[in-house]
Order: sequence, then structure tokens, then C-alpha cells
Amino acid sequence: MALHISSAPPISAFHHLLCFFFHDTYPEMEYASSLQRQLASMKKNLFDQGYLDEQFYQLEELQDESSPNFVEEVVTLFFRDSSRLVANIDQALQKYPQDFRRLDNFMHQLKGSASSIGAAKMKNECTSFREFCNKENREGCLRSFQKVKKEHAVLKQKLENYFQLLRQDGPVDKATRSGN
Amino acid sequence: MSSVGNGDGCCAGGSDGGQRHVLAVDDSSVDRAVIAGILRSSKLRVTAVDSGKRALELLGLEKKDVSMIITDYWMPEMTGFELLKRVKESSELKEIPVVIMSSENVPNRITRCLEEGAEEFLLKPIRPSDVSRVCSRVLK
Repeated sequence: MALHISSAPPISAFHHLLCFFFHDTYPEMEYASSLQRQLASMKKNLFDQGYLDEQFYQLEELQDESSPNFVEEVVTLFFRDSSRLVANIDQALQKYPQDFRRLDNFMHQLKGSASSIGAAKMKNECTSFREFCNKENREGCLRSFQKVKKEHAVLKQKLENYFQLLRQDGPVDKATRSGN
Repeated sequence: MSSVGNGDGCCAGGSDGGQRHVLAVDDSSVDRAVIAGILRSSKLRVTAVDSGKRALELLGLEKKDVSMIITDYWMPEMTGFELLKRVKESSELKEIPVVIMSSENVPNRITRCLEEGAEEFLLKPIRPSDVSRVCSRVLK
């Protein structure tokens, strides 16, 4: 019976040895790449499901060593302002007779900010609301506003999760990793 | 992902080698942060204020230092158009280029602003490429 001798080139064995060495010695490297994969997947989902659009990428491009948390800072500002505007609109909708001009003004501001951070679904729901407002359709406004609030809450949760994970990834990796 | 040409210093440095100073005016804190971020990435020094009134106060103090004003159109109390008019009516300020930003594409609004002396009218959301293009032309 012939003895089978592996014909694998020496470099392959060396490669396996290296992987074993690094995995065993630097488990955080595997953790880091797993984290990055999770982040990439999360971000891809946010885009594929229409929560975010190109504008979010544009903001990410502005991040660098001098402003490593730029996107999170802008998003935090957004949710601070948007929460206030949502509360204002809620209050304004309770009043009678309806001041549609005031409602539209609030929603114009909300839509503008949503657009500036790339919050696509929110922006679209804001547009629908304004259409009902222009027609002075209170029922339409009320229904539409429920959708605006829902998208607002969902986006807030998703982005909170995203940034929480991003913080675990660390600033050095963020600064040196190319955007995707 | 699109790559943005924002590190080429197209807007950096006046003839004296110092950073160009841009005054950004917007009542939205989100939009102020975004426009400031875009301008800073173009190597410009930025002061961002939340109203036309504050803009005029600053211009009264630092007019020689401001190379460009970029302002939102729709602001309470004083619109960007009104700010533009005040700047262009002032013998001390009229040479400062003014760029208007708006989230609404209203043709006669755009025409009015350009006729009043605005350098450019940008539609929001503002992108770094918009600012690079404007700066290359306006900040020679």
C-alpha cells in the first residue's frame, strides 16, 4: 500500500500555524473583525430597508481623527430636536380649530432635519403629513402623524443600537478603516 | 460608497496663507452641525450662528475676516433673503459672497435670491461636493 505523503506546499502549513498563533494569542483580533462584520451588516440592513439613504454616507465621509464621532453627534442633535418637534406637533394636533400652517411649519422643520441626516423613511412620512396639511385634512394628518412617530421611534432604537456597537469598535479602528 | 473630494484644500488659505473664514447661518441645530462639518472638512474656519440677527452682529465685529456667508433661506424673524439684502445694501459688507440654502426648490425664490446678489442657491440636504464646487468658484 502506498503511503500518501501530503503534497501541500510548506507555505500552507505555515499559514495555518500563523492563524492558530494569532487566534490563540490575539483573540481580540477575531472579536474586532466579528464586530466589524456585525456593524457592516447592521448598516447594510438600515440602507436596504430604507431607513437611511445616501446622505448618511455623506456624513460618515466627514468623520476623521479631528471629529471621530461626528455622525453620532449629529444624530444625537437630530433626536433632541425631533423629539421636541414631535411633542409640539402632538400638542398642536389636539387644538381646535386646527392651525394647519403652524403644523406645516413644525413638520417642515422635522422633515428638513430628517433629510439632513439621511433618515429616508421619516422624511417620506413627513412629506405625506404635509400633503394632508396642505389639504387641511385633519384625519389624514392624525393618521400620518402616527406613522411619523412610529418611524421616529424605530429609527431612534436602530441607531442607538448601531452607535452602541460602533463605540465598542473603538476610535482607532474607525479612523483607519475605510468606509463601506 | 461615494468618495468626496474634501481633503484637497480647494478652499484653504487666502493669499495671506490663513484659513478662510465662513459664516454659516441656520436656525436648525442639525443643519448647522452638518454645514459646519462640511466646511471644516474643506479646511475652512467656520462660525455657525442660529439667526440673521446674530449673523449681522458678528459681521459688525468681524466683517473683514468673513470670506463667505452661507445661510438657510427659511428662518424665523429674518429669512436668509432678508439677510442677503441687508448684506448687499451695506457698503461695508456687500462684497462678501452670500450663498443661500433651502430644502425647497421654488424657482421664483431662487430667481429672487440670485437677482438680489446671491452667489449660488443650494438645495438641501447639502453635500460636500456642493460646498467644494461653490468654494472653488467663490473663494478664489
